[in-house]
Amino acid sequence: MPRSTLPTPSGLKPPPKHAPRRLRTDADLRALQRMMTHALLQPLTADDELAPRWRDGRPMAEVAAEFIKPNDRLSSFERLQIYARGYWFRVIDGVYEDHPGLRALLGDKKFSALVRAYLAKYPSRSFTMRNLSSRLPQFIREAPRWTAPRTALAHAVARFEWAQTIAFDAAALPVLTAAEIARTPPARLRLGLQPYVSLLAVDWPVDDYVMAVKTRDALRREASHAVEHGPRPAARKKIPLPRRRRVFIVVHRYPHRLYYKRVDSAGFKILTALAAGRTLARAVAAAGRGVTPRQVGEWFATWMELGWFCRR
Amino acid sequence: MPANRFNAFTDYGIGLGLRVPHYAHILEQKPTCDWFEIISENFMVDGGRPLHVLDQILEQYRVVQHGVSMYFGSADQPDRAHLKKLKALVRRTKTPWLSDHLCWGSVDGTFTHDLLPMPYTLAAAKRTAEKIRQVRDYLEVPICVENVSSYAEFHVSEMTEWEFLSEVVERADCGILLDVNNIYVSAQNHSFDPYDYLRGVPADRVGQIHVAGHTKFEQYLLDTHDHPVLDPVWKLYAQAIRQCGVTATLLEWDDKIPSFEEVHDEAMKANAFIAGARTAKAAKRTAKTHTALAPP
Repeated sequence: MPRSTLPTPSGLKPPPKHAPRRLRTDADLRALQRMMTHALLQPLTADDELAPRWRDGRPMAEVAAEFIKPNDRLSSFERLQIYARGYWFRVIDGVYEDHPGLRALLGDKKFSALVRAYLAKYPSRSFTMRNLSSRLPQFIREAPRWTAPRTALAHAVARFEWAQTIAFDAAALPVLTAAEIARTPPARLRLGLQPYVSLLAVDWPVDDYVMAVKTRDALRREASHAVEHGPRPAARKKIPLPRRRRVFIVVHRYPHRLYYKRVDSAGFKILTALAAGRTLARAVAAAGRGVTPRQVGEWFATWMELGWFCRR
Repeated sequence: MPANRFNAFTDYGIGLGLRVPHYAHILEQKPTCDWFEIISENFMVDGGRPLHVLDQILEQYRVVQHGVSMYFGSADQPDRAHLKKLKALVRRTKTPWLSDHLCWGSVDGTFTHDLLPMPYTLAAAKRTAEKIRQVRDYLEVPICVENVSSYAEFHVSEMTEWEFLSEVVERADCGILLDVNNIYVSAQNHSFDPYDYLRGVPADRVGQIHVAGHTKFEQYLLDTHDHPVLDPVWKLYAQAIRQCGVTATLLEWDDKIPSFEEVHDEAMKANAFIAGARTAKAAKRTAKTHTALAPP
């Protein structure tokens, strides 16, 4: 009997060998729910059908018939398939919406394969679909074959796009004022960065790339509305891949809209040091000797105006 | 009985689901709407635009929370962190009641983000009722559980869906969010009479009603919320309000969402059935009075 080579979904306990025949206890309920969850989480076939085999190699139709009643129109397998398709289409859509850049980089087919492999290994562990992509950058590193030969760039784009989710709705803590900062000497002062702020040092200008993709997609949507009853809009214009160049990006929001701000290497060092819990004096020292006090003063003025600092 | 203890004795009329494509219209035009239903999970966040929009809505409108991830029927215990976030939102919105589904969708902390059908057994009903009680006691707000549409049934089931629903709500002493579209969809998928379902529901526990559109496939119906409400569902709705009284009603439209006006106009169709139910009720009362006053 052929055995499944699928990874066990992270966090999910193994299903029972057979579905419970009666449901008398909480353990029976859990066993039934594990059985069905495992069936739904098995990736669909290339034709988007329920996997033909169960984890132990038995036909899925036999397993489905153990716990789902057929009716006069649909077999147990077909009824289970409705839920499996619903599950996969829903979670793939969830990741799809949050990653226009990664999609453009890989192309729809490769992106879809990546997302299916990712969700097969890391199904949702959160009550909200907002967190579906949280482990995607990690997965891209762990399983480079889905993104080769552009794994490093794909990783950078995925990190950048996840940072946008964080910037969208992570907490905003009370902003530190200049007066509050002035009360503590720099040698003792530790500033926190707002939870919605992400600091990214990446080897490609992924912000420009993702912005270009979004602009193209928005224009295409507008064109598609304009010619709703006419000819189809032109095929998607390919966005050139970014050229390798080290950039430092702060993904944040102000006041409720998403922004990406480039900082230079010295500024990034200061922000990273502050985020790591260094005192203000040590963080500024981390920037190196080429930075003037005036420059530092200007940076802080901007960062404070943007509300990036909070109490630690 | 529009007002009962399951909807905190409120008298809400026809509401609409608050959806992102309508935010700008609602905030700028401030259209008339008796109340909005929000999906709790969309606002169980720590900050940013979702809460900013919600606060503006709350300044102008009444809001009721509807959840999609409590999974009362899941074998897992309620998650404390989840409940804490939900309670913070309940305090923010001052929702008079809170609804979620009579279903499961997660196990061992892994989520399918679906509303999966329950096995209709006494053991499952007891477990589910206990969980509803725990959640209600923590949140300190009345709870209504919603019947889901389903595409599969389990061999282990021992009763009908409406018997299961009744068993759960009686044991939990909670209300019902009666989704008449879901009754219709499940009735077609499982070959039962939707009016049998309605007759089997404890009408005095219905705190809210949902109507929505669905999609017909060759061998089953799918609850898609992307269409106007179909005639058989309106007919079922008419029967529901005859049976339960005029009850807070919400139109769900979650996909291929048209303009706010179109959704609003669709929801307002419920008024015709509500008027019909009111006329029938008044006629019944008049006939009763005449009978009582008639000379022996």
